[in-house]
Amino acid sequence: MSLTASVRVDRDGFGLDVQLDVDEGETVAVLGPNGAGKTTLLRALAGLVPIVGRVELAGELLEDSALRVRVPTELRRIGLVFQDHVLFPHLSVLDNVAFGLRAQQRADAKQVGLGWLQRAGLGDKASSMPRELSGGQAQRVALLRTLATEPRLLLLDEPLSALDVTIRAEVRRELSRQLASFHGVRLIVTHDPVEAIALADRIVVLEHGRVVQSGTPAEVTARPRSRFVADLAGVNLLRGKAHGDHIKLAHGALVAASDAGEGDVFAVIHPRAVALFLTRPEGSARNVWKGETEGIDLHGERVRVRVNGPVPLVAEVTPSAVRDLHLHAGAPVWIAVKATEVSVYPA
Amino acid sequence: MSQGRVPAALVALAGIGLLFFFLPLAGLIVRAPWDQAVASISSAETVTALELSLFCSAAATAIALVLGIPLALVLSRTSGMVRAVLRALTTLPMVLPPVVGGVALLLAFGRTGLVGSLLYRAFGVQIPFTTAAAVMAETFVAMPFLVIAVEAGLRSLDPRYEEAARALGARGWMVFARVTLPLLRPAILSGAVLCWARALGEFGATITFAGNFPGRTQTVPIAVYVALETHPDSAILLSLVLLAVSVAILAGLRDRWLGAI
Repeated sequence: MSLTASVRVDRDGFGLDVQLDVDEGETVAVLGPNGAGKTTLLRALAGLVPIVGRVELAGELLEDSALRVRVPTELRRIGLVFQDHVLFPHLSVLDNVAFGLRAQQRADAKQVGLGWLQRAGLGDKASSMPRELSGGQAQRVALLRTLATEPRLLLLDEPLSALDVTIRAEVRRELSRQLASFHGVRLIVTHDPVEAIALADRIVVLEHGRVVQSGTPAEVTARPRSRFVADLAGVNLLRGKAHGDHIKLAHGALVAASDAGEGDVFAVIHPRAVALFLTRPEGSARNVWKGETEGIDLHGERVRVRVNGPVPLVAEVTPSAVRDLHLHAGAPVWIAVKATEVSVYPA
Repeated sequence: MSQGRVPAALVALAGIGLLFFFLPLAGLIVRAPWDQAVASISSAETVTALELSLFCSAAATAIALVLGIPLALVLSRTSGMVRAVLRALTTLPMVLPPVVGGVALLLAFGRTGLVGSLLYRAFGVQIPFTTAAAVMAETFVAMPFLVIAVEAGLRSLDPRYEEAARALGARGWMVFARVTLPLLRPAILSGAVLCWARALGEFGATITFAGNFPGRTQTVPIAVYVALETHPDSAILLSLVLLAVSVAILAGLRDRWLGAI
């Protein structure tokens, strides 16, 4: 059982064009900033948005615009869990969970639904109304309601973002367990990298309606191909043209790098590799620039300093360094980066 | 504005508005011949007219529910020109003088009318000047109130409830019966109450299309109009009866179901 989809959606001012393959038993997270087209992608796979392209699930053709095939949502046997749960407010928790089973004309809908609730430890909530549930409970009921229909494809839209930060970790663990026991294709969309890394085997990064990167969480964060991913990995991302031992950035600045290769490349510099000095440093670093402190953010024990200059970078230093260097917004500062700390890969 | 103090000028205007509603009602109550009240209200004609009014308005509301909810559903799912035309058609009876509506009904369903002539030739059925005609006249005038209310309810309904139902495998009819309809309940109830109240007070279209036949088409408003010519005192009492029934039913419904309406 696997999902193969080629989805194009054109709307005024927005285009989504995505090629996606997800294997059975694999959890893929589509990660991207708000407005990247993540929800549109889920809705397209669910059959709620007409597409140009083709969607195939477990060998069955769900949609093919060229062949004018379009299986309606209710016949796709997919499970769609909405961001804010969308439990039916006029039905009890049990009736919500039994809804899909009733749609399948199953006489034992209530018993089976109750079984799902009990196994999830929510048996005592069966006769509650959705408005009486906490956010975490509502999220679990929404997931159970979908799992009870035994879908072949599970689509989760920002499963944790409607929840309080305080309970997110707990619900995430529970969700992770339930995902592991679901035998089918699992697709999550989220703008939260923590959610993606915690839940997914593979991450597909979506920006402006296009896939910019895909791979395991480790691969994606090691070699960011977009500002969004670089920010979530907490590294500096540069892009330019490589010529042997240096890279020329778009606005003309040169960055020395050992063995940069040739052509269009990305370069990553970890903030810890960015050294700051009060005066021009004497040393082996081949990249030395004069810049200006733009801002200072505290990250636990470390301090991140945003420095503007020929190459704007974020440096990570200790609190005592901030004091010694008299760092404050607007303060002049020298920046040094060793060429060996610039990691280069083709764009 | 909701929290703050209302400016004095607005309070004064609101007071004038209230008086404008209240004074005619006070007039009815002050001028009512209370010594004849019991005899007049329990008279056979009054009881008959009241029963007929309740029956016709209830039947009109029932028909409006059966036809109006689907109509609202179709209206809410259309857009552009189609929607503009459909909307104009459904709301026309609200702005049309009811007498004109009655004439139009006669031209359509009268013995020589568009549809009426066919019915007469095929089955020998004549609609005008029957209780059915009274029900039709009231439905014609009152149904738009229900359609408008339900359509507004549909437009403010989060479409994702229906999408969630479909994703769970529910087909069209199940989505409608188990999700759309229950979620629309407040809109349907308020629309039905407006529709019923309008039907209960209907006069112009009814007297034109159904006439004034005691026991068959003479509803309370028509009885009031007729009595005004001959026995003004009983006209006042009949008006009060209609007023009392409306208020009683509205109050009863409000407590039972309507909540915030």
